Amino acid sequence: MHELGVVSHVIKEVETVAKENNVQKVISLTLEVGEVSTIVPELFKDCFEWSKKRTELMQECELNLVILAAVTYCKDCGETYSTTKHGKTCPKCGSKNTYLITGSEVTIKDIQVE
Amino acid sequence: MGNNVRTILLEKSAFADNDAEADALREKLKKEGVFLVNVMSSPGAGKTSTLTSLINRLKSSYKVAVMEADIDSDVDARSIAKNTGVESIQLHTGGMCHLDAYMTETGLDAVDGKSFDVVFLENVGNLVCPAEFDTGACLDVVILSTSEGDDKPLKYPLIFEKCDLVVISKIDAVKFFTFDFDKCVENIRMRNPNATIIAISNRTGEGIDALTTYFTNMINKWKEN
Repeated sequence: MHELGVVSHVIKEVETVAKENNVQKVISLTLEVGEVSTIVPELFKDCFEWSKKRTELMQECELNLVILAAVTYCKDCGETYSTTKHGKTCPKCGSKNTYLITGSEVTIKDIQVE
Repeated sequence: MGNNVRTILLEKSAFADNDAEADALREKLKKEGVFLVNVMSSPGAGKTSTLTSLINRLKSSYKVAVMEADIDSDVDARSIAKNTGVESIQLHTGGMCHLDAYMTETGLDAVDGKSFDVVFLENVGNLVCPAEFDTGACLDVVILSTSEGDDKPLKYPLIFEKCDLVVISKIDAVKFFTFDFDKCVENIRMRNPNATIIAISNRTGEGIDALTTYFTNMINKWKEN
């Protein structure tokens, strides 16, 4: 639901970096999206396609979305496990004393430019 | 042609700029002695009613303003103005489902934020999107009504993880719904062991004293340092 807002932040950032580097155009953008980041990839792509037409340097930019698996760490037994499978509860020892290591991030990885 | 293609590494969070803007705004508010509160909930959980109860208790001690964020209309801003008499403005998000730090700062400028002790920001009614964007507020509040169910902290983890205070509203209506209060507290605690939890009813006035005391302490602490 908030994909459009995230897209506009991403585009602002990419255009700023592109201008600083005297880029003619941005060919592609790689974005890492965590599995539990609340971003819906299909919706994000639609918002991106709509938004890029309104940019200076990203009109033809291709979007590569890389989905990162969500991993949770158990503070009690040291186990790391899949967050989407087991949530807050450690599958090894049953503890809820756990925290997310990766999976909630939305990272602008790199851009290919001319 | 192909030779001109190069890669620029960014490795930067999509939220980094907003987070930096939010931190800068918080620092500015600290200097000006303004306590900005971000109030989040589902539509209909009682944000406007809770703010009305709270502001009517706080307004004799503090200069209070309210910023109402909605996709459209100004019913909330007019309701707050009519029922509390404090300064209130409506922000339209232009279709966006949340406010970010930039929009919040623009709103604060419009209301002349620095002339107030406390500014309440009533975020767009939604438990998903507002959690992702730091508004620059000094305190993040989630209101959860008994009619929504005790399982909401399980379904919307992020907003409960990020907040400082959870207000459980419509506590007078608890018997009409399948809402287990202890279970709800347990679910909140699982997401956020440090959040303060206060149960209230805007109809009967239950818990409003506790809520007022909590805010008075938080506002004074913010202004002291």
